[in-house]
Amino acid sequence: MKKKRKSINYGKWGYIFILPFFLTFFIFSLIPLADTIRYSFFEYYRSGIKEVGPRFVGIENYVNLLQSDMIRYAGNTLILWIIGFVPQIVIALLLASWFSDMRLKIHGKQFFKVVVYLPNLIMASAFALLFFTMFSTNGPINSILISMGAIREPIDFMGSVFGTRTIVGFMNFLMWFGNTTIMLMAAIMGISIDIFEATDLDGCSRTQRFFYVTLPLIKPILAYTVITAIIGGLQMFDVPQILTNGQGNPDRTSMTLIMFLNNHLKSKNYGMAGTLSVYLFFLSGILCFIVFKMTNKNDPDVSKAVIKSKKKEQRRRG
Amino acid sequence: MKKKLVSGLITAVVTVSLLAGCGSAAVSPAESDTKEAETTEATEETEAVSDADEGKVINIYCWNDEFRTRVETVYDQVVETSEDGTVTTLKDGSEIHWVVNPNQDGVYQAKLDEVLINQANAAADDKVDIFLSETDYVFKYTDKDAGVAMPLTDLGIDPDKDLADQYDFTRTTASDSDGVQRGSTWQCCPGLLVYRRDIAKDVFGTDDPEEIGKKVTDWEVMKAAAEELKGKGYYTFASYADTFRLYGNSISESWVTSGSTTIKVDQQIMNWINDSKEWVDSGYFNPTVKGQWNDDWNKTMGSQSKVFGFLFPAWGIDFVLNPNWDGESGAWAVTNPPQEYNWGGSYIHAATGTDNPQHAKDIILALTANEDNLTKISKETSDFTNDKSAMAALASDENFTSEFLGGQNPFAKFAPVAENIKIAPLSAYDQGCVELIQNTFGDYFQGEVEFDKAKQNFETAIMERYPDITEVQWPE
Repeated sequence: MKKKRKSINYGKWGYIFILPFFLTFFIFSLIPLADTIRYSFFEYYRSGIKEVGPRFVGIENYVNLLQSDMIRYAGNTLILWIIGFVPQIVIALLLASWFSDMRLKIHGKQFFKVVVYLPNLIMASAFALLFFTMFSTNGPINSILISMGAIREPIDFMGSVFGTRTIVGFMNFLMWFGNTTIMLMAAIMGISIDIFEATDLDGCSRTQRFFYVTLPLIKPILAYTVITAIIGGLQMFDVPQILTNGQGNPDRTSMTLIMFLNNHLKSKNYGMAGTLSVYLFFLSGILCFIVFKMTNKNDPDVSKAVIKSKKKEQRRRG
Repeated sequence: MKKKLVSGLITAVVTVSLLAGCGSAAVSPAESDTKEAETTEATEETEAVSDADEGKVINIYCWNDEFRTRVETVYDQVVETSEDGTVTTLKDGSEIHWVVNPNQDGVYQAKLDEVLINQANAAADDKVDIFLSETDYVFKYTDKDAGVAMPLTDLGIDPDKDLADQYDFTRTTASDSDGVQRGSTWQCCPGLLVYRRDIAKDVFGTDDPEEIGKKVTDWEVMKAAAEELKGKGYYTFASYADTFRLYGNSISESWVTSGSTTIKVDQQIMNWINDSKEWVDSGYFNPTVKGQWNDDWNKTMGSQSKVFGFLFPAWGIDFVLNPNWDGESGAWAVTNPPQEYNWGGSYIHAATGTDNPQHAKDIILALTANEDNLTKISKETSDFTNDKSAMAALASDENFTSEFLGGQNPFAKFAPVAENIKIAPLSAYDQGCVELIQNTFGDYFQGEVEFDKAKQNFETAIMERYPDITEVQWPE
């Protein structure tokens, strides 16, 4: 015991310095989190201004939610997310590799970096309102199309499932591709120049270099991007909420999980809302786990399985 | 050991200062507020003496400055209002503090609910004394089980005597299920058909309100007029939502009867759905307008629009139609609607637990029971007010005309409608029902979903909004 005391341990200072954060986290995040889970087992809402509950109901909320349209809204969320995410990651990868390519010598690189990031600075609700006005049946997009002679009758963009979903996806793409581009650019620039020079010397084509060198080397950041995008996607609500006035029109096809949650909060239904949050929590946990496993299978830094298999191989050789 | 103690102390200090930082930032504005209030109170106490039991601060919850301007106009105790409109000083030295939250998205109700629930524990000067409610959700607050709005008799107002000249339906609306009146309004909102004179001349050859009125006496007759309008390329109304109030306010039974958890959809609502579908399919509405209160809807009130008319009460003409109209004034006229209806109206309630019952009584009486005051409001703002004899006098007043309506006296048309309104029975669930039935059936009118799917969507949405609703019954 005494011996251990004598050894100098600076590690504890680290703990001490991060203590304030953990204390605030505990008070402002962990306790509400635990409360959310607790209330998910209660019937607790307001009818008019009369409070009902809290009354313990066991897993009734969980069963009720599964029987409701929750799965459908999860599907909506997924579709809206994919419509936005696929172009987002493709364009971001393309731009990132262009911007970080030494040979391309793009002029005004800084300027374009700022421009692609700009949409992210606008508040989502303001952005949604702008699109709502632009794509409304009497809006500028329709007037332009009509005066160009492309269409005769105004198109009811927000009245069709395809139109609404495309607009939501497009807006999410616009808002987030700049952010992803910057992130991926940082990742690509982190790769040693030597490797790129080596590929040039070996006569690598540009596509080969991208798929066989750049992409594998930025995998950890790519995984991070996908995970954050998934979590962000699960929480998507601001754009469709404003665009459809919280109704998820038409026919609730653009109702996302968080909009569903908001509907419960209109009646201060803490029980149901808590249950939905717990479901969301598990869902995002599972999704993140899958992505993490998928992208890190061959990453020697992270995956223990890889280290194990390598050790085995070494032993066999030895 | 010593080291540990020191480090522990440091952490404690850091954390405390951090939390203290949060705390003080949140508290300081309130602190300075009370200080301010104290100082102003101190200066005024010397000059005025008020009733011993009455509090010094009257907190009024409302959603815009309309009520404040009305109070300033007719309440004779008002001295002045501060420049930012948050505090009005009265002659006896007490102050009205205006707490304004926007009505949109239920913000007002959310804030009001919070303070009403905590009313019993609040300090005397922080208690809500008077609050306003709209017809759509008045029942939520007059509900006797909720008990947040004081019965008028407890304030010393005898509704049968003091409010005898009010329109009966406004008194019914402000009463709980036992018929005890718990609120009072200065407004009466009978709705009319407002139409464009130029379109009327083009299609019917006349813009005379009497002649047009004959063409719109009921829905069947009006359909013929709609067909004529369509023949000349005009739309009768802007949107299917425009006609909703006429049907929705004449339901025979409330959406939810007291004590039940079942929503009963009234036959009138089904009539609205069927008629609207027919009208949408026939092209009598402007197909590009979805619902109300959006930009597309506002645009149909402009001079470029092909929409013949709107169904509006007095406030709709002044605050919605007039600002959106970009042509010359005098282009519109009013006539009787196809069905008598009431739309809107703000009710004044005294909050249970108020420390200013005397002031609440005075304000309610001054604003809703004084014929001279109500005439004054009507003359100044062309608001149709809640006094039968005053309105009858104005209706026959030759000099009382509206420039916007081309010299017509709208009150001559409002008054008979107001007499005939039979207000629909209310429930605490009305706002959600009205909002959601329009939304979910919007998809049906536009051909996005089948009728049964729309019904199902309404059931889903309404049960989300009101967790205690267990069933929705549709008429056969």
